[in-house]
Amino acid sequence: MAFINGIGLISPQNTIGSREFLSEVVEYTADYLKCIEPVYRTYIDPIQSRRMSRLIKMGISAAKISMAEAGLTMPDAIITGTGLGSVEDTEKILGEITKEERFLNPTPFIQSTYNTISSQVAIQLKCHNYNSTYVHRTFSFESGLIDGLMQIEEQTASHVLIGAIDEMTMNHLQITRRIGQWKMHPVSNMTLLENKTPGALAGEGAAFFVLGVEKTGTTYADLKDVKTCINFNGSFKPEMVLPSFLGNHGITMHDIDLVLLGTNGDHDFDPVYDDFARQFFPGKALGWYKHLCGEYHTATGFGLYIAAGVLKNQTYPGILHLNHVTPPRLKNILIYNHFRNVNHAFMLVQGV
Amino acid sequence: MPRRIFITGYGIISCIGNNIDENLSSLLRSKPGLGKIRHIDTLLRDELLVGEVSKTQDDLFAMAGIAPVEGYSRNALLGIIAAREASLQGRLNENPELKTGLISATTVGGMDRCELFYNDFLTNDTRNAHIDSYDCADSTERIASLLGIHDFITTISTACSSAANSIMLGARMIRTGRLDRVLAGGCESLTKFHLNGFNALKILDKDPCKPFDQQRAGINLGEGAAYLVLESEESLEKSGNEPLCELVGWGNACEAFHQTASSPDGTGAYLAMKKALDLSGLQAGDIDYVNAHGTGTDNNDLSEGRAIEKLFGERIPKISSTKPFTGHTTSAAGSTEAILSIFCLQHQVIWPNLNFREQISELSFSPVEKLLTNVPVNAVMSNSFGFGGNDTSLIFKKAGEKSKIVNRKS
Amino acid sequence: MEELIEKLKKEVIEQLNLEDITPDDINPDSPLFGEGLGLDSIDALELIVLLEKNYGIKIEDPKDGKKIFHSIRTMAEYIMEHKK
Repeated sequence: MAFINGIGLISPQNTIGSREFLSEVVEYTADYLKCIEPVYRTYIDPIQSRRMSRLIKMGISAAKISMAEAGLTMPDAIITGTGLGSVEDTEKILGEITKEERFLNPTPFIQSTYNTISSQVAIQLKCHNYNSTYVHRTFSFESGLIDGLMQIEEQTASHVLIGAIDEMTMNHLQITRRIGQWKMHPVSNMTLLENKTPGALAGEGAAFFVLGVEKTGTTYADLKDVKTCINFNGSFKPEMVLPSFLGNHGITMHDIDLVLLGTNGDHDFDPVYDDFARQFFPGKALGWYKHLCGEYHTATGFGLYIAAGVLKNQTYPGILHLNHVTPPRLKNILIYNHFRNVNHAFMLVQGV
Repeated sequence: MPRRIFITGYGIISCIGNNIDENLSSLLRSKPGLGKIRHIDTLLRDELLVGEVSKTQDDLFAMAGIAPVEGYSRNALLGIIAAREASLQGRLNENPELKTGLISATTVGGMDRCELFYNDFLTNDTRNAHIDSYDCADSTERIASLLGIHDFITTISTACSSAANSIMLGARMIRTGRLDRVLAGGCESLTKFHLNGFNALKILDKDPCKPFDQQRAGINLGEGAAYLVLESEESLEKSGNEPLCELVGWGNACEAFHQTASSPDGTGAYLAMKKALDLSGLQAGDIDYVNAHGTGTDNNDLSEGRAIEKLFGERIPKISSTKPFTGHTTSAAGSTEAILSIFCLQHQVIWPNLNFREQISELSFSPVEKLLTNVPVNAVMSNSFGFGGNDTSLIFKKAGEKSKIVNRKS
Repeated sequence: MEELIEKLKKEVIEQLNLEDITPDDINPDSPLFGEGLGLDSIDALELIVLLEKNYGIKIEDPKDGKKIFHSIRTMAEYIMEHKK
């Protein structure tokens, strides 16, 4: 367990700068939800940022915002989770080498390596401490969190900076539309669930969190635990892990006040969430967030921001409601996410 | 007393052999595996020397025991072959009550197919089976599914230190009690993508690389896959496996200097090695051999050399880079070279640093030039330093007497 | 020569994504690396690509770049000497 003491989030919503939590929700009708980006020179020296691709600028900015909030200048570990890394740079190179294999620019190649964000954050901070990057689909951010929580448990770190970052491009959207991942046409994020068609609404985002051993004046919540579960041909059932996942922290399913689901508008796969909620949390408040950020491999970064914001502000805004149950209190939140019923993950977050 | 970590299985495929025995044999006969590119259609074909696995896609399917089907990248097949070899030795299919994880590493992912079919991805549906094989997770999930591993799965990508970081994470997950045993390592196939990328950085040598040589001129890229089975003591009692050696130390640090260069004094390298040494409980003088990262670039070898001097002072152990044998297998290098280091403990040998002629003028030491046999090797250090300044060091110790570790099943 | 210098300034600004800099800001005799524009080793590699792509001049050893890319003027002079 560790305290969430700082958050930096660049997303398709107005999440930069101190604003009231979810006060101005942005509506979209779009192929995918694109981030509202900051003025980068606020966070990065233009001489350095000139070479950085969009993903790296988003990552470094979000990292700095989270550290500023937590009042941290030097983390003991920097860990990033990203499912696809810099899609823009990868596409640039693929475009070059499949067209004519000459004159390849070195810059996009360097930036296409997945650990470029973690390492560039370290360069910005001159941080020689532990550094890692996880690149496993919707386990990427969760793996980073597990690593960070372990560091704190092992007492090799007191403050860990952990990021969840992915970007979308029109090119990549069109390619992955071929295998049914996304809606085939622009849709409205506000009426997403009325759509009832296969495919999710795609999105992107950069979320960085400072986890610390101590509660401070900026603490949002206590991240108790994270678990990832792979489902190969029905090998995984939630009842195999949920009781002990909660029980290890003295909590039962009854004690959960709000379940934040990764419901994303994909009519083929959202029933997995419905079945889960019906079986394990009947009568409980169910919330969702992917209509605000879209679906991407590290969208649970946005989800954790939501859980943290709900617990810190002790408010459960209507825009998050998936059912009509009002939670009697806001103390224990379970975040549940899955990707095509193969990669399942849980996070337990508690108010302080 | 922290939980001890033992290595009980290993598997490898590289340009010097398709399995453990072949790799060991090539090393003992001082037979490197570098040559011209044969399996990739690239303008660089005749320009570069690489460490390419000598098998076609169809050969690899046959070796992996899979009927050829769309969707498998060369990278995934290399990973499956090596992972299976390790898994069989470590008997991961037995004792299902033991919590078992797979931690793999790659940076190219399924790029070897993606770059072939990219224009199709953009224009038609003929190659859709390869679209979601593109990412880094694909090879990991195929390995896990085939080998029946499901308690914990993830993929790391930290460039050339990736597979070493897999091993380190595996050890930590066992030590903190989250897992009983872990299959850890990495896979990386050669691709037009990164051949061109490294070429654009102008750090490739057209001739066989010369690590730690004054005239060194860069890297020979390689490909392959390598995995270790890590087990806790309690797991050993149940599995009855024979430890190959013990993993006693690990450390990771960041150069935080430049995206593609290490600092002149090798700060990150030094910190990683020091952390590993401190954790191991050993003294610098206990290390008999360092399998260096030793890529053959101007920057790495000098930087690593300085870090080694700082750590070991006057008593620098025997040092060599095995990259002239295997090429630089990037995301698989950490586990490939861990296995080559474990061979040293098992067989009491030290591998030569091929192609060495002239000591680097700024350094006080030269690497080992000739194969050394019948030498006492009780503790080895294996270094892997990646782009972005991600530096990792692992320390392995010779396995003790059977009876000293656990009570054996009869 | 002056024409080439002006052309080079624009190409360098574009290749290295020097967003805030105009051709007038660059003194053709000022050092490009270290002080001046503060370029680094990756920029040097990008300039090598620029020379090959736009002028057909191949530089095999990046170490030669130090002399050639000292300033815009030395770049221009090198191009005049070696352009095919």
